[in-house]
Amino acid sequence: MEPLSNRSKKLGKKEMSFAERAYIPAIVQGLGITIKHFFKKKATIQYPEQTRQRSDVWRGLHVLKRDEQGRERCTACGLCAVACPAEAITMIAGERKTGEEHLYREEKYAVTYEVNMLRCIFCGLCEEACPKAAIFLQDDKIAPARYERDEFIYGKDRLVEPLKTTETK
Amino acid sequence: MESVDLIYKTIYILVIFGITLLIATYSTYAERKIAAFIQDRVGPNRAGPLGLLQPLADAGKMFFKEEFIPAQSSRTLFILGPGVAMLIACMSSAVIPFGDMLIIGGREVYLQAIEVNIGLLYVFGVVSLGVYGLMIGGWASNNKFSLLGAIRAASQNISYELAMGLSIIAVLMMTGSLSLREIAAQQAGFNWNIWYQPLGFIIFLVCAFAETNRTPFDLPECEAELVGGYHTEYSSMKLGLFLFAEYINIFVASAVMATLYFGAYNFPFMNELGALISDDPVTANNVITVIGVVVMFLKIFFFIFFFMWVRWTLPRFRFDQLMKLGWQILIPLAILNIILTGGGILLKDHFFN
Repeated sequence: MEPLSNRSKKLGKKEMSFAERAYIPAIVQGLGITIKHFFKKKATIQYPEQTRQRSDVWRGLHVLKRDEQGRERCTACGLCAVACPAEAITMIAGERKTGEEHLYREEKYAVTYEVNMLRCIFCGLCEEACPKAAIFLQDDKIAPARYERDEFIYGKDRLVEPLKTTETK
Repeated sequence: MESVDLIYKTIYILVIFGITLLIATYSTYAERKIAAFIQDRVGPNRAGPLGLLQPLADAGKMFFKEEFIPAQSSRTLFILGPGVAMLIACMSSAVIPFGDMLIIGGREVYLQAIEVNIGLLYVFGVVSLGVYGLMIGGWASNNKFSLLGAIRAASQNISYELAMGLSIIAVLMMTGSLSLREIAAQQAGFNWNIWYQPLGFIIFLVCAFAETNRTPFDLPECEAELVGGYHTEYSSMKLGLFLFAEYINIFVASAVMATLYFGAYNFPFMNELGALISDDPVTANNVITVIGVVVMFLKIFFFIFFFMWVRWTLPRFRFDQLMKLGWQILIPLAILNIILTGGGILLKDHFFN
């Protein structure tokens, strides 16, 4: 067929030179490349001892905060559960009894509060939705690997920030 | 043979056997470590300091795995296969001179298990038997992939043995002896055969890769095409023996290469160094011999390293490429090498004698 323009590139198998056909120079070149990698800095991070540097806005494991007097901030409004795109958060609300004012800040509190870490996508929408500044994603903790699926459903025992009673010593 | 000699030989053979096994064990560690380093990783480093106990952990794992023998397979041969592979791999290090002689109490003690005047032929005979292990194991598995792997191993070994033998003939023409001790002794100092036989060495090297079933010639155990090749059906320590035999073969091939082409236990300026160390010829000889053994093992380690280095550099050949390389390139080159060597020897006799 007549070419439309003269710009078409002529393709075809190039005849290999003797050095290329002998293959040995190519092997030597390849050996050079691999031995260079032998002495290169290793990319490995020794995980349990070392951890990869994380960003300041890293979103890791959830925490339910307490206020200055050590009372739980969460009022079980359910906004986090609504906001959660993965539907990982469930809770049961309960009414605060008299005598429990030192435990819960509001009249209504979360009796159970569960986050399923296998569903959670760590998007951080729950902490954005929370009107009481109760839930946060920590930047230094992750949900570690477990053997059983139900071990990934974190209840209040593992989510609520521990009381700062250790300071008394 | 005197009883002292007999005892010495027994001890020496046991020591060499132990060293062979030790080196094969730590070759698995070295393989993983070198692979890791070449791929910018650090490799095994959890079991013991620097991961040095890793081979023990691997062996322990192997022993505790389920022993599986496929139905309809030939039980005897299935068990015999890895045994043969291992036995034959261990046999060939008997004739390799790991060092010159020590003089202990006026007695000349050679650091070689058996001196036979056909040492090289012995090595070749034994190494070529090695394929029986793979062939028996692969056939007895009653599995098409195993059988294909075994057939590949057999045809590949036969093809490359030819070129290997021809490349050796050129060395034999120069040395005039099949005894490995004699060949080693003729390369005293820096008078190594590699300077006279570069082409022969390259042919031998390529064939050694093919004989030990190492990449780029590891088609018998090609995972991409044959699941696991001849050891598809093997598990537990029977698989371990196959893998172990491969590493022993690498060790032996490295030792033979070092002996034939790189002067075995010889190193440059050995005689001058001996004169420098001591005036007493006995002490000088012993010191030089000990250094020579170290040098020999350094050479062997280098070649083992080279085997692994190449493994992480070259991809596997296609089977037709492998056969073409063996029959159409290496054998003609080896014959050319023989002719060139013969011509060289004639010229030397004509002009320098």
